[in-house]
Amino acid sequence: MKHLDEYRDGPRARRIAQAIAQATTRAWRIMEVCGGQTHAIARFAIEELLPPQITLLHGPGCPVCVTPAEILDHAVALARRPEVVLCSYGDMLRVPGTTVDLRTAKAEGGDVRVVYSALDALALARARPDREVVFLAVGFETTAPGHALAVHQARREGVRNFSLLVSHVLVPPALEAILGDADHRVDGILAAGHVCAIMGWTEYEPVARDHQVPIVVTGFEPIDILEGIYACTQQLEAGRAEVENAYPRAVTQAGNAHAQAMMQDVFEIRDRWWRGIGEIPRSGLGLAPAYAAFDAERKFQLTSSGAAEPDGECRSGLVLVGRIKPPECPAFGTRCTPDHPLGATMVSSEGTCAAYYKYPRLP
Amino acid sequence: MCLAIPGEILEIAEPAAGELPIGRVTFGGVTKQVCLAYVPEARVGDYVLVHAGFAITCIAEPHAREILEHLASGLSQGHDP
Amino acid sequence: MSSPPACPAPLAPEVIQLAHGGGGRATWRLLHEVVRPALGITGVSADAAELAVPPGARLAFTTDASVVRPIVFPGGDIGRLAVFGTVNDLAAAGARPIALSLSLVLEEGLPIDVLRRVLGSIAAASRIAGVRVVTGDTKVVDRGRGDGIYTSIAGIGVIAPGIDVGPHQIRAGDVVIVSGDVGRHGAAILSVREGLAFEATIESDCAPVTGLLDALVDAGTELHCLRDPTRGGLSAALHELAIDAGVEITLSEPDVPVDGRVAAACELLGLDPLAMACEGRLVVIVPPDHAARALAALRSRPDGAHAAAIGRVAAGTAGRIVATTVLGTRRVLDFAASEQLPRIC
Repeated sequence: MKHLDEYRDGPRARRIAQAIAQATTRAWRIMEVCGGQTHAIARFAIEELLPPQITLLHGPGCPVCVTPAEILDHAVALARRPEVVLCSYGDMLRVPGTTVDLRTAKAEGGDVRVVYSALDALALARARPDREVVFLAVGFETTAPGHALAVHQARREGVRNFSLLVSHVLVPPALEAILGDADHRVDGILAAGHVCAIMGWTEYEPVARDHQVPIVVTGFEPIDILEGIYACTQQLEAGRAEVENAYPRAVTQAGNAHAQAMMQDVFEIRDRWWRGIGEIPRSGLGLAPAYAAFDAERKFQLTSSGAAEPDGECRSGLVLVGRIKPPECPAFGTRCTPDHPLGATMVSSEGTCAAYYKYPRLP
Repeated sequence: MCLAIPGEILEIAEPAAGELPIGRVTFGGVTKQVCLAYVPEARVGDYVLVHAGFAITCIAEPHAREILEHLASGLSQGHDP
Repeated sequence: MSSPPACPAPLAPEVIQLAHGGGGRATWRLLHEVVRPALGITGVSADAAELAVPPGARLAFTTDASVVRPIVFPGGDIGRLAVFGTVNDLAAAGARPIALSLSLVLEEGLPIDVLRRVLGSIAAASRIAGVRVVTGDTKVVDRGRGDGIYTSIAGIGVIAPGIDVGPHQIRAGDVVIVSGDVGRHGAAILSVREGLAFEATIESDCAPVTGLLDALVDAGTELHCLRDPTRGGLSAALHELAIDAGVEITLSEPDVPVDGRVAAACELLGLDPLAMACEGRLVVIVPPDHAARALAALRSRPDGAHAAAIGRVAAGTAGRIVATTVLGTRRVLDFAASEQLPRIC
């Protein structure tokens, strides 16, 4: 596949890894903030190529992991209603709410369907005016424009049996929350390349400056990730703290203006609760008042139960902000495994704990 | 939240009034309908990154190739900025 | 005298009804007018079939249920899948099939034309595999309790003389070979499943592997173990073997044959081709000095043209599969608890 295979070239990867090793004179902790990058690092065992002084941390870049349990509970409750078809991305199906997950709701008779795109859910709503189609709209800025367009189009066409259950989160406020903690141990950051394809990188400049942390916009193939790490390491070694673009084939400074405009029309910024972390002000999106008719929480009068987040042993909050690595959690691999997970970072296949469990580092 | 795959635009449909612009995009032989609303500048033959059924950006080919070749040659010579 | 009112019930029902499973006349008619003709079964019906078994033959016996959805997919349907699934389990034991049994569980409301189609596929697949359905059973369940049609096919086969294959034969140093590209069946199913559909000409690799077994045996290949990967794909098959044999298997990812379109479909949906379902493939484990012979035997057939050596058996951690990636790095393959779900992260 063009624009893919060439970024998985072994010899090229080793050349970059060598350059990283030559450039590194002390220990650096670099955090990536995207489940897609967590997955790629694990799948290609990229850490094996890095010098031991470089530690990769995995931030809260998995929107599946940070979706509040309450949203899953709402989704399950909706799926159990006979008139509702609950559409969702595959990632969300096995994430537990306070009690059960959507897969269980489906097994119990709920109409839960995996879709590839919000437009598939909209098409279903058009085809089945007798049903209420609810789409579980989860994601970062990469995914929000698509959801916005689906709702915008639904309104344009007068489709009335379509709504979104929204759990959108934004990256920069999460970075601020992590870096604003005096105990944070993050030296450099790899910014999620596809989030930046939409939003550009201007909003990361104050973050880099205020916290004196280099931020490198990074792609997702092994070569992209290694180049991002290389650029970040070079900045750290030189004492620089700038925003840099290591993914120029997909990202421009301004980002995608059309996508941003649609997001601004359909969504508004809200405070959001991040599972495992807590509330981060102005870190999420909700539907703007003009689109209230498409907001599932309003349409179905879903109320906040105030139920406590599943607590207990799970330390996913510490994992999500890079304070501990999964093997440092006492329950990791023993009481907490993908088969019986204690928290979302183990359940979601993109979660850091699941990635560590599935792809243990080899001696 | 970022699984976006590069594909080549084979065909761009003429949308009827009020419809979304849709194209046929091929990913190494697998073809899918993709919404092109966010890449109005895209043409048949261009490569786009597709995420959850939407093209989110065009892939800048010559620009990217230049930079990467520059980086690669710099690295292979043990270049230190 | 007026003529009696015409009976409103259709004489030839178009859908399966509960009566068809009741054991009475409706059942008899279904069997004798639909099922037996489709399968080419003639003669007096009996409760059990007698088999002619060569004296001294070592027998293999297996069973497989088929619950695939959708019932029809590119490259086949539930009938074809069911027959080849059972035949391939026999081949993995080193056996050629001599008889099949067919159990059908039909849902009330299933169109009889669908049943005819599936039976036709079973008959055609059996002919291709050189075996026949000699006995069977039909049950009907209430509407809403059956998902259309389920099949269960048991098979008996005769193990080729001199063949003794199984995990107990696997030795450290053995070469792991796969007979063709992997993940095709899983990709073909996904290409028609609602919500994930893409236009692709990916057809399932649903096919019998008995011919591949014959080629290996005819070439005098020393065979240690055979396995036909199905659900869970190559990864599940290798994990099962590694666990059963108490060995570690090292795998070279770049050497595993994957069709370009299957690879692309997996990239699109965020799936791992190594864990996508296969049908019609054989994993062959042989001592190193027989690897070249095994590859030549497989490649001599069109259905083995892409056979490749993909790994070795090692003494390491029992049950573990260590894969070398395209970058030359190493990772441990996950033995997934359940079916992969497409992701967007």
